[in-house]
Amino acid sequence: MTEVLVHPSELPTRNRALATVLRSRELAVGLVLVALVAVTTIVSPSFLFDGEGWRNLLVTPSILILLAIGQTAVIVTRNVDLSVGSTLGLTAYLTGQVFIAYPSLPYPIVFFIGLAFGGMLGVVNGVLVAVFKVPALVITLGTLYIFRGIFLQWAGKDRVYASDLPDSFLALGNGQVLTIPVLTVGALVVLAVVGYYAHTARGGRELYAIGSDPDAARLYGLAVNRRVIGAFILCGALAGLAGVFYAARYGTVSSGAGRNMELEAVAAAVIGGVAIFGGSGTVWGAAIGAVLLETIGRALPRLGIDDFWQRAVVGALIIGAVVLDRLLTLRQERTLAAAREES
Amino acid sequence: MSARTEAGADRPTLELRDVAKSFGAVAALRSGSLEVWPGSIHALVGENGAGKSTLVKIVAGVYRRDGGTFRLRGADVDFGSTAESKAAGVAVIYQEPTLFPDLSVAENIFMGRHPLRNGRRIDRPRMYAESEALFERLGVHIDPRRPARGLSIADQQIIEIAKAISLDAALLIMDEPTAALSGVEVDRLFAVARSLRDEGRALVFISHRFDEVFALCDTVTVMRDGAYVSTDAITDTSVDEIVTRMVGREVAELFPKTPAEIGDVVLEVDGLQSVGVFHDVSFTVRAGEIVALAGLVGAGRSEIARAVFGMDRYDAGVVRLGGVGVRAHNPRAAIRAGMAFVPEDRRQQGLVTESSVARNVAGVIRRRLSTAGLITSRAENKASGPWAGRLEVKTSALDMTAATMSGGNQQKVVIAKWLATEPRLLIIDEPTRGIDVGTKAEVHRLLSELAGQGLAILMISSELPEVLGMADRVLVVCEGRITADLDRATATPETVMHAATRTGDGAAGAERSVTVGRPEKQEASA
Repeated sequence: MTEVLVHPSELPTRNRALATVLRSRELAVGLVLVALVAVTTIVSPSFLFDGEGWRNLLVTPSILILLAIGQTAVIVTRNVDLSVGSTLGLTAYLTGQVFIAYPSLPYPIVFFIGLAFGGMLGVVNGVLVAVFKVPALVITLGTLYIFRGIFLQWAGKDRVYASDLPDSFLALGNGQVLTIPVLTVGALVVLAVVGYYAHTARGGRELYAIGSDPDAARLYGLAVNRRVIGAFILCGALAGLAGVFYAARYGTVSSGAGRNMELEAVAAAVIGGVAIFGGSGTVWGAAIGAVLLETIGRALPRLGIDDFWQRAVVGALIIGAVVLDRLLTLRQERTLAAAREES
Repeated sequence: MSARTEAGADRPTLELRDVAKSFGAVAALRSGSLEVWPGSIHALVGENGAGKSTLVKIVAGVYRRDGGTFRLRGADVDFGSTAESKAAGVAVIYQEPTLFPDLSVAENIFMGRHPLRNGRRIDRPRMYAESEALFERLGVHIDPRRPARGLSIADQQIIEIAKAISLDAALLIMDEPTAALSGVEVDRLFAVARSLRDEGRALVFISHRFDEVFALCDTVTVMRDGAYVSTDAITDTSVDEIVTRMVGREVAELFPKTPAEIGDVVLEVDGLQSVGVFHDVSFTVRAGEIVALAGLVGAGRSEIARAVFGMDRYDAGVVRLGGVGVRAHNPRAAIRAGMAFVPEDRRQQGLVTESSVARNVAGVIRRRLSTAGLITSRAENKASGPWAGRLEVKTSALDMTAATMSGGNQQKVVIAKWLATEPRLLIIDEPTRGIDVGTKAEVHRLLSELAGQGLAILMISSELPEVLGMADRVLVVCEGRITADLDRATATPETVMHAATRTGDGAAGAERSVTVGRPEKQEASA
């Protein structure tokens, strides 16, 4: 009955690397994105080849990419952070207020203020989730309303206008390096740093271990609480940075800034192959998911598809991604069980 | 291999004396003692629930002991976390492998201790090479790059062992590591264990397979009912002696089943199979009869019961109740056909602890009670009163919440809840788990009475005295198959234990004989 178990896992190693790449979600989502851009460009060439089109294609997703990176770090640990939209809005407004109060402030400092402030809000989420063992969904739903409430109380009907912001700061929001918008470069740098950390540092791998099986992680002696709090801090800090980006890009910040962006961030991660129950998925995938989401929002109107269908397409993508994952896992498990049975 | 292991063979590596641990009112471990010396493989044996796993978890830092002495290489220790015990040189291989399914095999071995290169970056090539070296030493081929998901239990076990070896532990505890391994794999594991012993490490080996205990270990400690019984050199003892000590309890001290009239067949299970879980399971339960499913934890008893009741799927076979087929994978159909199921974990599955007794009892018959979709407390009280009364649930009022009751009374409420559906068959999983000894007899008396009233009862129990005291027939399950069908006269602690461990006669691994179970079965592939 057990002869085969003696040669446990002689899976064919040939073509493994190729198979891994071909089966990767990152590639699949990337191909969908390329196809979408190609089709839209054929119908409406200015989508890509016009200078403004090219810029928009690249700069629009930069804010969502930041949120999706942070969200991925949290989801990978089998948690979720729904407060990032509120954090983004609050930080964007804070950025404006800082410039109003200290007009002569060297503008790079606001990026650090944004990171620190968002990280602080992340500490609140992380500690509540890790120490009090309340599901992150509930905690961050609560902080979503609390942070937004603070924002409304503080801002009221007031808003930050572009005229309140220094020109050098706004120039950054519109600036380019080799035709690539500065904000996009910023988001890509963050992506590279976090992606590299998640792949090559012990701390990054432990996040995956925790999400893959929290109980096993505790038995293993991993510092689960510390890592989970760390993930929430990263998520909050990146939401804060995204808030500064928001101010730089749009110039105007009202109390509605960032509303519903937490859901877009979760959607980007899920479409990009981040398992909602933790343990797998990469920030690369989440970032491509973010680009796809933003591009759909801009491409479908050009293809003459109306608003309802745009949203339905996004919904179908999310459900399709999750169902596909589930089916593949089930099939794999069944095949393996049957294979063992025959042996 | 390291300074850690060679220091001083004049004192034991592990010393536990009168260690106690309780969970609420239940004492899982009353007085556990164990002394393991460097360069020794020490067997720890005992029935299910004897306290072995609790003892292991205290050493591993999962639980904190309530009392007693715990020394590691002469120094008093008190671990507050698994990380602390690991740092002190303790490696534990649990019964259930605890792997990260999404991560690669190599990462499962080195999580948190990945080999690093400059810049504190994980050195993947070295990690894979070291994993391969470990597997080579264990004599297996597992691709270190593949994810752990989908590996067989045997492979997962091997990874756990590789993990423990890579930790360079001074004390290695293996909680039933061979349960899912084939003969060749067991031999290989033993060869590894012996080489670790020869390096001067201390090993604890928990197993129900006595031939393995006798082939591998040099010392054996027996536990029973959460307490230490004896420690002997393996050469000074025999299988029969150990079995007697393990089960050495008077069956009479529990409530025996009163004879009931055995009627027609109520439940008929024919050829039930669930791929990878259980196979070819056929049996019947008659009216007035109590049939026990006995066996070791993980043998597949609960899974069979869950499949019969329709909670889990099965791939082949038929379940009939009163001669009529019951639809598969549909608990509602099972309830309608006349089945009741009292699960093992009352708090999670059977009882809404925050609700009142009345609401709990009335829960399953809610539809019958409702008037135009609404249920009043009065109707609930009216319906549940007679049932709770009949079972002598000691609650001052029916509106007391279930959470505040003792385990015994909670169990009665769960049973009452199901009796309100007027079932013909009662499936009850571990009827007295977590119930103090005094109240156990009450639950037993209740089951006996119910059988006397013509109810067919299928009982799953890990406690041998309960099985032998209550059951008219004992079906022993071992590794997903029924290995023995014993009536009251032939069921003894020894026959059941032998069938459950596949030793003695009648089972697949028959060549591993117990009575001649001395190390004549040598390390074949060592």
